[in-house]
Amino acid sequence: MPETREITLGEAVREALVEEMRRDSRVFICGEDIAEAGTVFKVLGGLVDEFGPERVLDTPISEAGFTGMAVGAAMTGMRPVVDIMFGDFSTLVMDQMVNQAAKVHYMSGGRWKVPMVMRATLGATRRSGAQHSQSLHAWFCHVPGLKVVLPATPYDAKGLMKTAIRDDNPVVFFEDKMMYRLKGPVPAEEYTIPFGVADVKREGTDVTIVATSSMVQVALGAAKLLEADGISAEVIDPRTLWPLDEKTLVESAKKTSRVIVVDEGYGRYGATAEIASAITEGAFFDLEAPVKRIGAMHVPIPFSPPLEDATVPNEQAVVAAAKALLG
Amino acid sequence: MAIAVDRLQTAPEAEIDQWLRMYRRMLMIRLFEEQVNDLYTRALMPGLAHLYIGEEAVAVGVCEALRSDDYITSTHRGHGHCLAKGARLDRMFAELLGKEAGYCKGKGGSMHIADPDTGNLGANAIVGGSAGIATGAALTAKRMKTGRVAVCFFGDGAMGQGLLYEVMNMASLWKLPVIYVCENNLYGEYTSNVETLAGDMLTRAAGFAIRGESVDGQDVRKVHAAATQIVERVRAGAGPAFLVCNTYRFMGHHVGDVNREYYRSKQEEQLWKTERDPIKLLGDWLGAQNLTDRARLEQLRIEVKSEVEQAVQFALAAPYPGPDKVDQDVYA
Ligand SMILES: Cc1ncc(C[n+]2csc(CCOP(=O)(O)OP(=O)(O)O)c2C)c(N)n1
Ligand SMILES: [Mg+2]
Repeated sequence: MPETREITLGEAVREALVEEMRRDSRVFICGEDIAEAGTVFKVLGGLVDEFGPERVLDTPISEAGFTGMAVGAAMTGMRPVVDIMFGDFSTLVMDQMVNQAAKVHYMSGGRWKVPMVMRATLGATRRSGAQHSQSLHAWFCHVPGLKVVLPATPYDAKGLMKTAIRDDNPVVFFEDKMMYRLKGPVPAEEYTIPFGVADVKREGTDVTIVATSSMVQVALGAAKLLEADGISAEVIDPRTLWPLDEKTLVESAKKTSRVIVVDEGYGRYGATAEIASAITEGAFFDLEAPVKRIGAMHVPIPFSPPLEDATVPNEQAVVAAAKALLG
Repeated sequence: MAIAVDRLQTAPEAEIDQWLRMYRRMLMIRLFEEQVNDLYTRALMPGLAHLYIGEEAVAVGVCEALRSDDYITSTHRGHGHCLAKGARLDRMFAELLGKEAGYCKGKGGSMHIADPDTGNLGANAIVGGSAGIATGAALTAKRMKTGRVAVCFFGDGAMGQGLLYEVMNMASLWKLPVIYVCENNLYGEYTSNVETLAGDMLTRAAGFAIRGESVDGQDVRKVHAAATQIVERVRAGAGPAFLVCNTYRFMGHHVGDVNREYYRSKQEEQLWKTERDPIKLLGDWLGAQNLTDRARLEQLRIEVKSEVEQAVQFALAAPYPGPDKVDQDVYA
């Protein structure tokens, strides 16, 4: 029997980085307060002791600058991982990610490659206010040339991070800051998880709940509540928003004929919209009802706890949506 | 013949060869760009192009000081940098015409020529956008101990971009082998930099403890001499450097910018063209020093002209990429 331990999502990310840095001397990580401090979320603690300050590189507070440098380093033979403390700071790196990293391969007719990973956090309810709480992953999904990964369990986080580091393209990897302490089983032996393969987190027959990142636990909680009411919910996590495993989503939709998509990003023009449309196009004649989307409320994230909580999809909202769909 | 050689040789042969090589390169860029302008005016070229005419001494002087495996990043006004770093005329024209034989299979175009074989990390149509890439390439060179340096070419307009200062700070902190070369041609698109630049450019680099100097960008010998010293220093591990080359674009901001008196006078342009043409300046100097004669320079012109003509004919006749290529190379 292969050994499996329970570790946290934060530890899983860290393990993936450690293993890849041991395996490949070209891998390094850079960002703010990542070395001795081990990031503000304490995810990378101790890394600098093993790999030294050149491979666990503390940078000035210059997101665009060090992300741009990662693009150049990646093109010339390194495999950088960029740590963007809060996904909200994506605004500051957009030119480097969208106009540079994403386009270098195509614009050069395939002659340069940008094997880099941008790590960032997402998720509200940390009482951090409007500039430290957003889930902006959909922005990156809009851009050809980028891959976008949203792990929801320690197992997925580790396997997907290793794949991200080995990928020859710029990969944007979003970690839910509220899930760093979530525990789950992770094998001790090495494994990777391919991109573009959704994971059925729970099988069911009456309704499909497609959930991403922070919303996977919410969907699983809702599925439990629904079960008590005799409703069998299937929970599917696409794990990578691009590439998107449309096939698995459509197949589940055909099976259950009712679908809810829940994602912590804004609903308007968001991940839920894209997934809902893919499902509608692929399973239209098997659907009993329009695909229901649930995303963050379309407001800046407020500070006050009851207000903030009201902006984020929760189990009750998913349960209510499922019951409405089932009439 | 022997007499002629004696008469001409007042400097070491290698040095004369180098000056002639730089003369030839500058001429190649000039004739390439004139041809581009011609293609545009005859509606044979899609899109626009930003011509490097007048600024040839900057790219040629700097690149002559580089190894072929050193890196450069370039700008929207980038043809000169690519050619100076060793790009071929035919594949350059082909790229500008959107042909499959181009450096980027026609997917990049005038503002995005890139070529790993000549260390060209790519031209960039985002003003200042390549400062991170060049600095990152220098980080690789330092980590992998390849001894390479990276040159980041940018215009005076990029002095307004924050990215530049972010990476200058890091390059200085980490002593990265990167050389920031500002081509100060006095204008952004249609605005004099008197209106856009506060203080003194060199002082900005000095604020990061980066050694800066400025040089007459119309005198290729001076550019080359400055670049050679800087490259040597940077390669030896002294950290980044900043070089401002004072220059002038003889033509419009792009090929379509014809009536430009609202932002700069005809007299000013005329003065630069007649008094400060880098090719003429080097030719005159070589002649005055008896290092070459008019006939030899004329011979060079004929040679280069025919190379340019052959290259453009090749590119005009070359096929476009098939429509099946449009979604290739999005991902590696
Ligand atoms: C970020 C960004 N802003 C604006 C532009 C539009 N633009 C293209 S070239 C240019 C002027 C650039 O001036 P400079 O850097 O001095 O280069 P030059 O054209 O003089 O060689 C501008 C504003 C752009 N391409 N990128
Ligand atoms: Mg300028």
